[in-house]
Amino acid sequence: MTFSEILKFSIDLLAVFLLALGIKGLSKVRSARDANRLAAIAMSLAVVGVLLDSLGSSGISFNAWIWIIAGSLVGTLLGAVVARRVAMTAMPETVALFNGCGGMSSLLVALAVAIFPLSNSNGELSSVLVERISIVISVFVGSITFTGSMVAMAKLQGWLPTPAWMQSKVRHFINIALGVVSLISISSLVSGDERGLLLLIVGSALLGIGVTLPIGGADMPVVISLLNSYSGVAAAAAGFVVGSQLLIVAGAMVGAAGLILTQVMCNGMNRSLISVLFGGALGSITAEGLSGSAEYINITSCSVEECALTLEAAERVVIVPGYGLAVAQAQHTLREVTRALEANGVEVSYAIHPVAGRMPGHMNVLLAEADVPYDQLKEMDIVNPEFPATDVVLVLGANDVVNPQAKNDPSSPLYGMPVLDVQEARTVFVVKRGMSAGYSGIKNDLFDLANTSMVFGDAKKVLGDLLVELKELGISGKN
Amino acid sequence: MSFLSEAFWVLLLGSLLGLELIGKVPPTLHTPLMSGANAISGITMLAALTLIIKAGTNLPLLVLGAVSLGFALFNVVGGFLVTDRMLAMFSRKSSRK
Repeated sequence: MTFSEILKFSIDLLAVFLLALGIKGLSKVRSARDANRLAAIAMSLAVVGVLLDSLGSSGISFNAWIWIIAGSLVGTLLGAVVARRVAMTAMPETVALFNGCGGMSSLLVALAVAIFPLSNSNGELSSVLVERISIVISVFVGSITFTGSMVAMAKLQGWLPTPAWMQSKVRHFINIALGVVSLISISSLVSGDERGLLLLIVGSALLGIGVTLPIGGADMPVVISLLNSYSGVAAAAAGFVVGSQLLIVAGAMVGAAGLILTQVMCNGMNRSLISVLFGGALGSITAEGLSGSAEYINITSCSVEECALTLEAAERVVIVPGYGLAVAQAQHTLREVTRALEANGVEVSYAIHPVAGRMPGHMNVLLAEADVPYDQLKEMDIVNPEFPATDVVLVLGANDVVNPQAKNDPSSPLYGMPVLDVQEARTVFVVKRGMSAGYSGIKNDLFDLANTSMVFGDAKKVLGDLLVELKELGISGKN
Repeated sequence: MSFLSEAFWVLLLGSLLGLELIGKVPPTLHTPLMSGANAISGITMLAALTLIIKAGTNLPLLVLGAVSLGFALFNVVGGFLVTDRMLAMFSRKSSRK
């Protein structure tokens, strides 16, 4: 071993160690931010390791430096700009976008090696085979990750509706056909025929679209998490392709950790991964099956003024935030309202459903941005027993997570999903833009209940009006 | 064969490590954790880097490598910054207490 090899080896080991510490630390609130920095340092170390190693062995040509710097500059700048500019409400989409690009990177690496083989294999059949297989896996998983993530992003952004035919059974046949096409091209590639490459790229790219497109919005976070896990797998496969153990470890860690996270999210929604992936959008099932019960019969609508009066008289208020709050960017206005209420002696807390919003933890991030004290955020298991002793529940743009159907109606597609028992409270106000169904497309029985009143309007506008009304009642957060 | 057999051990142990690292995660941290792990998956930038260095004068390979490097760094830099932005909100709160 030369000195530079030893140096590279130690740097790699240190980088893996720090990466593991980073992932570990990210799962604890106290250490998360430092852990994230640690992981970033580990990644930089890994880059330094590769550069040093090459400098020590064969050197890096001037030409290569130019391309390295050009590529890094563009990627870094774009990444930094997107990360700074993007709104906190668009986090899920952003993660999907970044993730897709990671997949694309693995795909391109494998593609490059497939077209221009590196001369690091020693010609043995086993290693040639492994190289081919890892290229194929990297291409396959990389392009599924890329197109899947892009579709997920577009759907979350609302750019892409789900085409009707995609919700019918036809999609299974199409996806199976695409899968078969990919398999055929994989086997031809592994046996040494390179013509399958293009077919594999197209087949797996379409497969990524075909699998992600029919998935309903509530399940999207699970899909993003799963795709995140895939991009780890793609990275590990790329590690086999270029012969980098660091890549294999890091990719395997992310792949496995992503799988666990996906499982945790599924548990939170009481859905199995299989039903998320193949069940399709919940809405299509109900639209056909339960159309008879989809009518609301007993909707009470009320004005903001009424809502303000009730809130003023309350002692315990629980806020249930949802995606509508995020879309309306109403978290700061909400904070002003709750400040006013708190100044008036009202006890305010926030009920956080594990999958409220479009991603687990979405609401926590959002409310933290608006300076909501951490200890006022209550998780479902803690807050549910408290609802009977609650005077007013204010549901802001949440729908499916407060649907009592999930507890009472075994025929409902939501049945079994853990929900917030807001109907136990004395009064429930639901702030909503209209009577449209939630992301699952299912009627919400809560709206029909006698103690529920609807306040129609955009969450931000309603909260703004509420603030004005509260001020007129002599309540303001300024004192 | 030595790289291969080592590589498979590395793959196995890395996967096991990944399975063990995340045990109980508070829901608050699901999104930051996902985004952080996602940034780490941009580690393919190392592969892209290796590719460029080994490319010599092969222009298409250089371009492919550079584009791949760009994508990967977009993933890495953006991922870490976004994660930091999210986490900054939590830590600001705890420091005030």
